[in-house]
Amino acid sequence: MSEVLFYAFAAIAVAGALGMVLNLHNTVAAALSLVGTMVALGGLYVLLEAYLIGVLQILVYAGAIVVVFLFVVMLLNLRRDVFPAGRQWMTKGLALGISLVVLVRFLRLVPGSFGEPAALPEGFGGYREIGARLFTDYVLAFEVTSLLLLAAMVGAVILAKREPSEPDGDPRTPVSRSEAS
Amino acid sequence: MTEVVLKLLFIVLVVAGGMLPLITWIERKQSAVMQDRIGANRADLMGVTLLGLLHPAADVLKLFSKEDVVPEGANRLLHLLAPVIAFVPALLVLAVIPYGGAYRFGDTTLSLVVADVDWGMLFVFAAGSIATYGAVIAGWASNSNWGLLGSMRASAQMISYEVTMGLSLVGMFMVAGSLRLPEIAAFQDQSFRLLGFLLHMGFVEGETLPFHLDLLRLPMWGIFLQPLGFLLFLTCIMAENKRPPFDAPEGESELIAGYHMEYSGMRFGLFYTAEFLEVPVIGAIVATLFLGGWAIPFLSQETIIAFVAGGFGEGFATGLCLVLHVLCFLTKVAILIWLQMALRWTLPRFRYDQVMDLCWKMILPLSILNVFVTGAGILLVEGVIS
Repeated sequence: MSEVLFYAFAAIAVAGALGMVLNLHNTVAAALSLVGTMVALGGLYVLLEAYLIGVLQILVYAGAIVVVFLFVVMLLNLRRDVFPAGRQWMTKGLALGISLVVLVRFLRLVPGSFGEPAALPEGFGGYREIGARLFTDYVLAFEVTSLLLLAAMVGAVILAKREPSEPDGDPRTPVSRSEAS
Repeated sequence: MTEVVLKLLFIVLVVAGGMLPLITWIERKQSAVMQDRIGANRADLMGVTLLGLLHPAADVLKLFSKEDVVPEGANRLLHLLAPVIAFVPALLVLAVIPYGGAYRFGDTTLSLVVADVDWGMLFVFAAGSIATYGAVIAGWASNSNWGLLGSMRASAQMISYEVTMGLSLVGMFMVAGSLRLPEIAAFQDQSFRLLGFLLHMGFVEGETLPFHLDLLRLPMWGIFLQPLGFLLFLTCIMAENKRPPFDAPEGESELIAGYHMEYSGMRFGLFYTAEFLEVPVIGAIVATLFLGGWAIPFLSQETIIAFVAGGFGEGFATGLCLVLHVLCFLTKVAILIWLQMALRWTLPRFRYDQVMDLCWKMILPLSILNVFVTGAGILLVEGVIS
């Protein structure tokens, strides 16, 4: 049963990933393929008895992050020629470099991963165990991440709060004649 | 395996198949009562109208026989998928809701929940977050500006309220000490003394309160332990459903019908059904978390079984307890459905910026405050509530 499920989820994950990379002309379809991959990965985590990570994968990645991607894609309606050519090469090079590093690390892991899996410790994958670890052993990483998110949030607020050059931006705050002139 | 299949059949037939048509009827009658009308009563089968109960059947017949229009330039696959994605999560949530407690008949234990999982409430959140895609895809795939604007609003609203929905529940999780829905419901199957602090602080001599003070009790329900959490969570989960007063994504006056504008026939019917199915689902979730689930106030499971088993035997007592608990749960769900209907027909629609302000400027700070107050309360009060 779990093997069948594994292959089903794995196939969906790979198909979704390919769909995202190969959908050059339809950005929304690409983002939706990414959702498929995220949900399938969540299923794979659940099969590995990492229940909390599995649900969070769906809740955070599929449910929140990719929705925001879609939001941006739909609102901006970006096309390829919006970006200057030099920047495109930089982005592609960076993506290739990171993928290569991850691939090498992954290939190193492969030889040691055959054979019987180790027994799971008590409470593995539950929110109690993960919560306790997060706030004791990994509290520094946790706090640094929260600081990063806070910085991103402040940045977003500053970008969004930029004063409009024309005073007719917000219909809720009427501008008096003397201010507008 | 057969047990799970039977439970799923119960859910699909009774909850989805039986309650869903009833809900549309209740909505019509409720709105009629509130607007001083008679309400739906015209659909008849050879003169029999059954108080308008035939209207749901007429609705379905109409929706299935309508022309299925796909607008020009629409993405056909996604246009087809969107209603399904909107509908399925609401059904999925029914799997983790406890319709009753756990009952021991001889050697076997019958637990009235399909998936008794440790992360039950997180599963509800995850399913809800997937439902967002139904609205987003619907608006985008139908190649319409109104639809796209509606889906923008829908996704922004749903993502925002998801955040506060989780935060407003943290207090309840801290009090109950679990995310597992059957455990949260079982936790509420007890009562606490209102004046227990007198004993704790030494105002009353001895080990127990005088009898008349001991009688001043409340059931250990979420709504009494977490009143603020209850209000915030109810608001958030109703906003997730996008029914009035939170229906800015489909505000007729500015967006015609929002994200499902380009849908007709049963495809529109699925969006409509999803919204209606979410009403009892919301009722079930809120009842489980804050109204004690299947628990009967002041009569815990042990009390009932001990009382009845004396005269009629253990098996009969447990069976009776099961029936009473399921009935009690359904009663609470019915009350919450009525509450949602009454709110829906009372309040006017929020403007879109008001919906967002309510979420980020009022509910978010209040729910964070609730977490801190609950934490302090648990530290201070520990041992007093018992």
